[in-house]
Amino acid sequence: MSLLSVRDLTVSFPTSDGVVRAVRGLSFDVEAGQTLGIVGETGSGKSVSALSLLGLNPGADISGSAVFEGTELLALRQDQLRRVRGAEIAMIFQDPLSSLHPYYRVGWQICEAIRTHRRTSRAEAMRQAVELLRMVSIPQPERRVSAFPHELSGGMRQRAMIAMALALRPKLLIADEPTTALDATVQAQLMELLGGMQRELGMAMIVITHDLGLVATVADSVLVMYAGRGAERADYRTIFRSPHHPYTRGLLASIPGAAGSGGRLVPIVGQPPSLIRIPSGCAFHPRCPFAMDVCVRDQPPFVPVSGGEGHLSACWLPPDAVGVDAAADVARQRYVEGRRGPAIARLRAAVAGARPGGAVAHG
Amino acid sequence: MADTAAPVNPASDEPSLVAAPAEDHPLLRVENVVKHFPIKRGIFFKRQIGSVQAVEGVSLEVRRGETLGLVGETGCGKSTLARCITRLYPLTSGQVIFDGADISRLSARQLRTYRRRMQMIFQDPFGSLNPRRRVGSIIGDPLAIHGIADGGERKRRVQELMEVVGLNPEHYNRFPSEFSGGQRQRIGVARALALRPSLIVCDEPVSALDVSVQAQIINLLEDLQGEFNLTYVFIAHDLAVVEHVSDRVAVMYLGKIVELAETAELFGSPRHPYTAALLSASMVADPEKARSSHRVVLYGDVPSPINPPSGCRFHTRCPKAQPICSVDEPPLRVQAGDPAGHVTACHFPVAPGEQLVGAAPPISATATAFAAASPDISEGGGA
Ligand SMILES: Nc1ncnc2c1ncn2[C@@H]1O[C@H](COP(=O)(O)OP(=O)(O)OP(=O)(O)O)[C@@H](O)[C@H]1O
Ligand SMILES: Nc1ncnc2c1ncn2[C@@H]1O[C@H](COP(=O)(O)OP(=O)(O)O)[C@@H](O)[C@H]1O
Ligand code: SF4
Ligand code: SF4
Ligand SMILES: [Mg+2]
Ligand SMILES: [Mg+2]
Repeated sequence: MSLLSVRDLTVSFPTSDGVVRAVRGLSFDVEAGQTLGIVGETGSGKSVSALSLLGLNPGADISGSAVFEGTELLALRQDQLRRVRGAEIAMIFQDPLSSLHPYYRVGWQICEAIRTHRRTSRAEAMRQAVELLRMVSIPQPERRVSAFPHELSGGMRQRAMIAMALALRPKLLIADEPTTALDATVQAQLMELLGGMQRELGMAMIVITHDLGLVATVADSVLVMYAGRGAERADYRTIFRSPHHPYTRGLLASIPGAAGSGGRLVPIVGQPPSLIRIPSGCAFHPRCPFAMDVCVRDQPPFVPVSGGEGHLSACWLPPDAVGVDAAADVARQRYVEGRRGPAIARLRAAVAGARPGGAVAHG
Repeated sequence: MADTAAPVNPASDEPSLVAAPAEDHPLLRVENVVKHFPIKRGIFFKRQIGSVQAVEGVSLEVRRGETLGLVGETGCGKSTLARCITRLYPLTSGQVIFDGADISRLSARQLRTYRRRMQMIFQDPFGSLNPRRRVGSIIGDPLAIHGIADGGERKRRVQELMEVVGLNPEHYNRFPSEFSGGQRQRIGVARALALRPSLIVCDEPVSALDVSVQAQIINLLEDLQGEFNLTYVFIAHDLAVVEHVSDRVAVMYLGKIVELAETAELFGSPRHPYTAALLSASMVADPEKARSSHRVVLYGDVPSPINPPSGCRFHTRCPKAQPICSVDEPPLRVQAGDPAGHVTACHFPVAPGEQLVGAAPPISATATAFAAASPDISEGGGA
């Protein structure tokens, strides 16, 4: 049984502009001790999904199911959730200042985190705080426990936040863009640190990021999100070598140095949709080079495809349309040829009429 | 004169204002540029108590039509150097020679002509655009400031620019908030192009963009370079992006250039230990490469530029440091066996194929100690 099983998670926010449908029927599993990478562009619903699991999304309409070690998280009251948060599931954020309070010393904050969940003397908690800071490679931890967050460099603050998250040895750590604001060398330090902790403590991780390089480096399996839904899910090799979904395929072609990208980059045309007015059928269809009439009409189900074991994709292309090379693209192209009719013609006309020289046409 | 409208400077007849024929000199030469920011204390009488040595003696050349990439960790002085090159900052010392003319000491008025030919593109397409002004007038700003075109002519030229960068010219009257991140970056590019510059200094132009949109802007910059014969200085922290766009790459550490070479040469055989560490730390979007590569993890933080380490500034974190490194500063020079354009500032450059080892104990050792020594945390309480 998986450590965490999320099924059909749906999250929306009523706003004055309309209902923001941030997450629309997302399903995934996290296995004990494993790392799941969740990738997607800004606004694809990555953070909202994670925050919803922990009840950190006030004002949101949430439905679906999220079972963690036999407990339905979405049914817990706030006080029950508070007990899960930190002790069982910990979360770290891109901006460490959002979890470190500016007015309290770092050591005191870690002590409090420990003492809220465990019966421990203040002196003992402080000893553990020093140990934790040492463990995350903060130099002179005996001195640094009494520092205020602003007295630490960005990288050190990030490490202090990790120390606090690990204080109770959670079974699952959710890291939301943990290294986005950091330099490559600091990022490498931190991921090394998290990897080491994961091995030692047997903890599972969800790494949320828009950085496919980070995913290529640390993830065991990968979930690609687009407009609030899972587009594709597979083990990390399959995602990079034999992707099925044209969105994944497009991301790989637009990243310098990515598997399967050559000389000139091939960007995905246009930009992600507004989550208030999501395109019909497959939400990716306005940007998809393989869109067919069925894509405009019907939402594709998340079903097994043939890139590898446990490979799932939400796309109307045939299950064996996997791969990043030219041959795979030719096969995709052949398949769609007879399947483009009036709906695609209307789409093309709309794009061409809207804007000669517009961002869409130029790509 | 390099430019027909070059400033007349009656006070001095600087010989360097007279340019040699275009082909003979690089478009930009930076000589020993130093930029310090004073740190002041005191309420009534501000005394200078020190200075941030943001750029400390940088020399480099940028050739016509090339892209010179500039990489380094946060705070190492990339943006400061960029602002010195474009003379948005006065220099503490050193020279900036643009198209054969020394512009290091020119006044703001004298600089006007050069400003037309050197433009900057910034990282934050949101922060750098005034939300209350229409994009047409934002893009037309440089034309207005330099009194180049007005009225219908300015509008025509702005719309042409919008077309060139892939914006819909009909959106002339819209506000920045109505555009996406990528489109706002196109607005920044259009504004930079307005005066037909020869040099564009791009400071993290794609860092704030999503990957699919980032590729659109990179391709746009590449196309424009060919079409308008542009020269770029390109700053980015994503090494894969820098590798993709640059002809040559300079690596900075704490205000100094530590290595500079042709792109393939630098990425293929880095000689400076810092470059090697930086390259090994970068995470490529290819699992085979990302997982097979030997990662050199650097320990410790970048030292403060207020009080940089003596000798080689990297010695506090360098896995190869020897006693001499903290005493003698290594000059930036061609190392034995390297081609002429590949310079490195290091006493003990990395040999081809050499594997560096991290300087501090691996983290898992400490983690093991933690896991073994504090069983009390896992007991009791809990949900
Ligand atoms: N106006 C200023 N006054 C004082 N110090 C400054 C000023 N501008 C920059 N600095 C300092 O100079 C150093 C170099 O800064 P700079 O902005 O050039 O770094 P950078 O390499 O562009 O970093 P990043 O990658 O974060 O953009 C830093 O220590 C910075 O804090
Ligand atoms: N509290 C909120 N109210 C309204 N909309 C929200 C709220 N939080 C997030 N959203 C919207 O939900 C969508 C998904 O956001 P998020 O999960 O943060 O994206 P990301 O994938 O970048 O982490 C975005 O369109 C965002 O603007
Ligand atoms: S379902 Fe259709 S539009 Fe969507 S990704 Fe697949 S081919 Fe493209
Ligand atoms: S000079 Fe010494 S300290 Fe500096 S980079 Fe070379 S080996 Fe390292
Ligand atoms: Mg987010
Ligand atoms: Mg900068």
